[in-house]
Amino acid sequence: MSTTIDARGLSCPQPVLMFMDAVKSLPDKEIIVLVDTDASMENVSRAAENKNCTVTVTRQADEYSLTIVRNG
Amino acid sequence: MIKNFFGTRTGIIAVGAMIGILAPLLQKLGNPGNMGICVACFERDIAGGLGLHRAEVVQYLRPEIIGFVLGSLAAALLFKDYRARTGSAPFARFILGVFAMIGALVFLGCPWRALLRLSGGDWNAVLGLAGLICGIWIGTLFLKNGYNLGRTQKTHFSAGLLMPLIMLGFLALMFIYPQVAQEPKSGILFYSVKGPGASHAPLAIALGAGLIIGFLAQRSRFCTMGAFRDLILFKQVHLLSGVIALVVMALVMNLILGQFSMGFEKQPVAHSLHIWNFIGMALAGLAFALAGGCPGRQLFLAGEGDGDAAVFVFGMIMGAAFAHNFGLASSPAGLGPHGMAAVAVGFAVCLFIGFTMRKTT
Repeated sequence: MSTTIDARGLSCPQPVLMFMDAVKSLPDKEIIVLVDTDASMENVSRAAENKNCTVTVTRQADEYSLTIVRNG
Repeated sequence: MIKNFFGTRTGIIAVGAMIGILAPLLQKLGNPGNMGICVACFERDIAGGLGLHRAEVVQYLRPEIIGFVLGSLAAALLFKDYRARTGSAPFARFILGVFAMIGALVFLGCPWRALLRLSGGDWNAVLGLAGLICGIWIGTLFLKNGYNLGRTQKTHFSAGLLMPLIMLGFLALMFIYPQVAQEPKSGILFYSVKGPGASHAPLAIALGAGLIIGFLAQRSRFCTMGAFRDLILFKQVHLLSGVIALVVMALVMNLILGQFSMGFEKQPVAHSLHIWNFIGMALAGLAFALAGGCPGRQLFLAGEGDGDAAVFVFGMIMGAAFAHNFGLASSPAGLGPHGMAAVAVGFAVCLFIGFTMRKTT
């Protein structure tokens, strides 16, 4: 199961807050986060890596899709 | 995963250190004491240079600010990081900018200058920084409870260029109406004959330093408010490591350049009203936290196409005009006659925004 968080159009720290809330409250192993700025992509990636997750980033036009998988 | 070098820990430390080197050098080359770079003070000087307020000692179109925006634009275009966007409660951001500036001018400095004042030995900055952190902490409480100004929308590429173009226009004005020695006016621009506004590094050097910092800070997302916010909210020290690097390098530079003078009294462009240093910066910190960036960061965002950040910047410039026209700004002699009232109104407005603007997404 995976959850998708649409953080497009939101600026720091909202995308990270949304991701952290999802990590805390949802059991899903995989979380997909959509963002539309490099800063948000980097911030969410950094937060996910701090939470011991693996992050895969794909860029589509001006947007990013971050596939975040929990390790362990 | 992060390919952007300046997005790494080493990168942000390098950028903080670079600002810590350049700011004291700018002071050595003519900028005011412990004000190598102060975004709030410099935007206040721009307001004066344009005649939006007529405080004669603080009138100068600071090229550093112009450089910040243009440097950020260059980095954003070069690294395909430019996104023209707007529409996240712009007027709320304007109001936050107004009161952020008023709070900063009660303290006499933005977070950047608070750090530079600290590294110059001005202990009053400790009170300011404590206030800043307190204000940011209040902001994080709102963030935890769903505070959110809403999403931006994509807009025309050219809409995001308006702010950089305005800055280019300011630069052009400086060439069309250059400063004339001992003259308070040149064409439509006002210049200070004495006071902090008369103290400035040569234009080309100030602009160059601004461009370098703007470029690097856009890549690294350097933000003094974010540094403390992320520490409080996420226990993250990424941005904070850049801020610490700034203070350490600026301290070293000030010692080398003979600009270090420790104490509370007789500090340049500062007062020692501890409570008001704290409360002024607390208001600024809260407004920055609610707006999502320190005044420097807002300039870098404005450079990379964020129209809402541009609105915040103009809120700050208008805030400076209000602050000096209505006697809200402090001076080394103490508080302005209406400074206390303005801070009280500022807190009321920020709390109103914080309590009522929650996410609906």
